[in-house]
Amino acid sequence: MTLKLTEFIVFSVFFGAVTIMGFVASRWKSGATMDHLDEWGLGGRRFGSWVTWFLIGGDIYTAYTFIAVPALMFSAGAMGFFAMPYTIIIYPLVFLPLLRLWSVSRVHGYVTPADFVRGRYGSPTLALLVALTGIVATMPYIALQLVGLEAVLRTMGFNQAGLLGHAPLFLAFVILAIYTYQSGLRAPALIAFVKDTLIYLVIFVAVLYLPIKLGGWDSIFGAADAKFQQTDSRTDGLLLNVNSQLQYATLALGSALALFLYPHALTGVLAARSRATIKRNMSALPLYSLLLGLLALLGFCAIAAGVRPLQNAATGRTDSSTIIPVLFDQQFPDWFAGLAFAAIGIGALVPAAIMSIAAANLWTRNVYKEYLRREATPEQEAKQAKIASLVVKFGALVFIVGIDPVYAIDLQLIGGVMILQTLPAVAISLYTRWFHRQALIVGWFAGMGYGLWMLYQIPNPAAEREHFGGSAFPLGDVSLLGVWEPFAGSTVTIYAGFVALLVNLVVAGLTTMLLRAVRVFNGVDATDRADYFADDGDAKLREIAPAYAD
Amino acid sequence: MTAVSPPRIPPRPPERRRPPRIRWNSWNLLLLVPLLCLLTPLYNRIEPQLFGMPFFYWSQLVAILLGVAATALVYIMTKDDYVVTDRPDRLNVDILDEGAHR
Repeated sequence: MTLKLTEFIVFSVFFGAVTIMGFVASRWKSGATMDHLDEWGLGGRRFGSWVTWFLIGGDIYTAYTFIAVPALMFSAGAMGFFAMPYTIIIYPLVFLPLLRLWSVSRVHGYVTPADFVRGRYGSPTLALLVALTGIVATMPYIALQLVGLEAVLRTMGFNQAGLLGHAPLFLAFVILAIYTYQSGLRAPALIAFVKDTLIYLVIFVAVLYLPIKLGGWDSIFGAADAKFQQTDSRTDGLLLNVNSQLQYATLALGSALALFLYPHALTGVLAARSRATIKRNMSALPLYSLLLGLLALLGFCAIAAGVRPLQNAATGRTDSSTIIPVLFDQQFPDWFAGLAFAAIGIGALVPAAIMSIAAANLWTRNVYKEYLRREATPEQEAKQAKIASLVVKFGALVFIVGIDPVYAIDLQLIGGVMILQTLPAVAISLYTRWFHRQALIVGWFAGMGYGLWMLYQIPNPAAEREHFGGSAFPLGDVSLLGVWEPFAGSTVTIYAGFVALLVNLVVAGLTTMLLRAVRVFNGVDATDRADYFADDGDAKLREIAPAYAD
Repeated sequence: MTAVSPPRIPPRPPERRRPPRIRWNSWNLLLLVPLLCLLTPLYNRIEPQLFGMPFFYWSQLVAILLGVAATALVYIMTKDDYVVTDRPDRLNVDILDEGAHR
């Protein structure tokens, strides 16, 4: 292996620049104090439309997305394009609920979705479940950002075995951890400007240039079609087959419902200045979807260009996440490939920072403050969150270094199914308190249990694994405790998370009716109807970073 | 039998009237239109192609506009939600002056 010097120099220049930005960010639009979660964890809750656009865009269209979606197109074809309906329906879908969540959080000073649940039901237990789900689902997501960063580093030549192979990744992450510790959410917000500008530049150039170089879209799709015809697999192809259409639609819908339940996505929303900021962003964020769609097509370009993924020297197996980096490495001059790698590498840092901040906020607000130290001052909360963000990041790092990255992908898959189980408690509660708080807990356990059971059943023949091999569950295997199989014999597949959510809702609904019939107390609602419409400038909004929290 | 006057419930003072749980606005229904993207049979086909791209791919790229149109229209058409009629109007100048907002 040899280090590709030009690529590495370009990469390093940009990496160095964002490092400086990360440290300077603490003084950018800074408030009176940094020792408060409103400031460290939510950037002062004053981000305007532009900053929010870059922040949320940089947050949810991650390096891993940019690597994994084309890789899925490369190996499975049409199925990988589910990212399109997913990111098309998501903004209209969350438009109204997010406004309500923003308003109620702004009035009561909520920092996390679990804070809202705590206030809505007066139930620390339910809030704890929501918080733990968020933390557990976010951890592998952070690890996946490392997978993305490492794919780039390995393509540039840092492809050694053992600890030495992980050294550059380690260094990059230590730097990230330090400036996140110091600057909080302002660091990724500022860096996101660089990341997204680079990404847009790189992708639009690639999408214009590659089809010309590879003989036009028809020959690219022709090459992809030829590849899928050759394989034995019946799930790949240029179009969806009969059995995978339901999976495509439910995966898109389930992923869309799940995304803004992730704590890091909500962190970007809660950091916005006003309702209008969020509304504008719901119209402007789809530009990232266009980017993602075009990027997905690069997976087919890689087929046409005859890209072969690298052999990962650490695991000894073919690493499909290197497809896009290798494509850039082969098809573009070194300096441009370096630019692309910088975009992906920095693209890993932004979401990793936001995710660790979000997880740290959850830990601090809903575990530490609630159970360990009730009288904690805002300063102590901020201190605790900063330390928690370090722990979370190093946890993810140890994960990647110690365990095969494949497991990170599995866990991310499981994480998506898990986070979806908080939908009734977080999203539906924005509209109604009909569900009983204890029923929501019971529903959570039911959905979680059923979801994990389904994922456990799914094999992946290609990777020679019997369990946790994907998220497509055969409808024929859906059963009610092994007694009743409503769709027996069907080979149509469906997204496991979607089925788990339905189970969750049904169980929570039935339990609610039961608890209501016997009149079990349903907690005290700290929120008021008008809270859900409050906007920037209203007198009832809470002061940002007040000296003491209740 | 003595006349028992029914327990008198004092009428709520109007300023304490509870606001509605949701604010219904028919424009919001537009947000449901992009869900059409979930109906895969609508677009799971090769023809007609555009620039050599099968329909499946280019139609979904075009459908992004559907999402943008839905959210943008709802944003524009529900802007007057700022008008507050049931309590004192405390809107600040930044909000009233939408364009100058940063």
